[in-house]
Amino acid sequence: MLHSGQSAHAGSNLSCADILTVLYYGILRVDPQCPAWPERDRFVMSKGHGAAALWATLAAKGFFPDGWLATYYKDDGYLPGHVTYGRIPGVEFSTGSLGHGLPFACGLALAAKRNGSSYRIFALISDGELDEGSNWEALLFAPHHNLVNLTVILDYNKLQGITSVSKTLELEPIAQKLTSFGWRVAEIDGHDCDAIDAALRVDQGAATEAPLFVIAHTIKGKGVSFMENNNDWHYLNLDDEQLMRARDEVQQMI
Amino acid sequence: MRNAFITSLCEAATKDKNIFFVTADLGYSVIEDFQRQFPKQFLNVGIAEQNMAGIGAGLAASGKKVFIYSIGNFSTLRCLEQIRNDICYHNFSVTVVSVGAGFHYGALASTHHATEDLSVMRALPNMTVIAPNDPIEASLAMREIFNHTGPCYLRLCKERVLHSSPPLFALGKAIEVRSGTQLTLCAIGGMLKTALDVADLLEQHGVSVQVFSVHTLKPFDEDAIAEAAEKTQHVATIEEHTVCGGLGSVVAETLLKMQVPVRRFASFGIPDTFAKKYGSRDFLRAQYGLAPDAIASSLCAWYGLL
Repeated sequence: MLHSGQSAHAGSNLSCADILTVLYYGILRVDPQCPAWPERDRFVMSKGHGAAALWATLAAKGFFPDGWLATYYKDDGYLPGHVTYGRIPGVEFSTGSLGHGLPFACGLALAAKRNGSSYRIFALISDGELDEGSNWEALLFAPHHNLVNLTVILDYNKLQGITSVSKTLELEPIAQKLTSFGWRVAEIDGHDCDAIDAALRVDQGAATEAPLFVIAHTIKGKGVSFMENNNDWHYLNLDDEQLMRARDEVQQMI
Repeated sequence: MRNAFITSLCEAATKDKNIFFVTADLGYSVIEDFQRQFPKQFLNVGIAEQNMAGIGAGLAASGKKVFIYSIGNFSTLRCLEQIRNDICYHNFSVTVVSVGAGFHYGALASTHHATEDLSVMRALPNMTVIAPNDPIEASLAMREIFNHTGPCYLRLCKERVLHSSPPLFALGKAIEVRSGTQLTLCAIGGMLKTALDVADLLEQHGVSVQVFSVHTLKPFDEDAIAEAAEKTQHVATIEEHTVCGGLGSVVAETLLKMQVPVRRFASFGIPDTFAKKYGSRDFLRAQYGLAPDAIASSLCAWYGLL
């Protein structure tokens, strides 16, 4: 998709692919045949530039035909380069501008709580995204209102737009910060599917009043040796030869 | 108008449990009654407007009919991108409510002057932009908003009742408050009283003035204003708002678009500047030529009356 559409953000997409897979195959109660099912779990993809990974996951789950993927990033295509609500089944919220998903997810969680609904709300955010102040408004809000139905997953690949997170605006000690805000914090390897599953599953029926924040340590460009931890792949487009190499490497892993 | 707003909201919330009011920690002495009566339909998010707009979108996505509330620039400019992306882009039924329009908080200086909100809100796709001229219009507007799907902007100011009885009211339809043949005056957002005073002054000079309350800037009542302009050939707009992109701009665009040639046109509003002086609303209005006598004398020149 990224090659045929000549789109950027390859590293960001690979970084969250495992998390999306576990969410859609193990955790989320969603029905591809009935995307608007009122009791569904809600997933908010706040890092909207990871759209390609979400599109691939939604297609594999049967939310829309595989054929749509070939139109990604193309003129008059079905699937744009950022997560977009409206005509794409399975999408709850449009993102692309960072710092919007978490406040929206708080609104979903508060409504569910006030309505007495049992569905859960998940938001996937990026590390660079936490530079945005709007997130911190929401990070104060959710524990104050005991939004136990809300789970935030941080795709913590340590790289952002220009350079590393720590050189740009240090997040550490992030677990300590969030704990002091009143979140329950879990820290996992974001490419260990069993660990992701366990972290997200443990929340069900938990006798607690705090929302859950899962820090998923990830690798930007995961699975493709020349992309891993190389921030150029936030922007670069794949050429034919790179596509072949990347495909071979990923296939060998499977 | 704040009281008319909250009274309408309380009435609606009794009947509709999905009505949801969110404030960014403003509304002291106005909102308490609502909070007491409808605790499950009330939320104070704290002084965090970006979060308020995003949460409002999330509530609306869950079936709530949401009103987010703060002072002029805080509920609009502070969270403009959230209003654009989270609310308008999704066409969610969230009404952005601002109080203290124009120079209401005059002595608090320019941070508290809500003087660009109409043109900014008007530029957003899906947004309906409403600026009532008196409390009766505010109540009638609320009735329409409850039945409307999609985002609205409701600009509230302080103004006494002007309509002697409730007029026919529909969003996007200007109200002809006074008929006349020589001049069409359009007023928005609490400037109807000024327009009526101007009309009185001009009538003393024998000029017959038609006055419209333009409570909805978008969608704009193009037909009514074009038809009126065609008849009177003289059009003026009055707004407590920048002349960049507000009522004056909309009327001018409309007349050109609909190819209505007029002999005279004037837009009375706040020039493209921050207030250089401090003081009450009426003092600041007068500073920018928005007092009735100043507007009337300026218009008298059109008729050779000076």
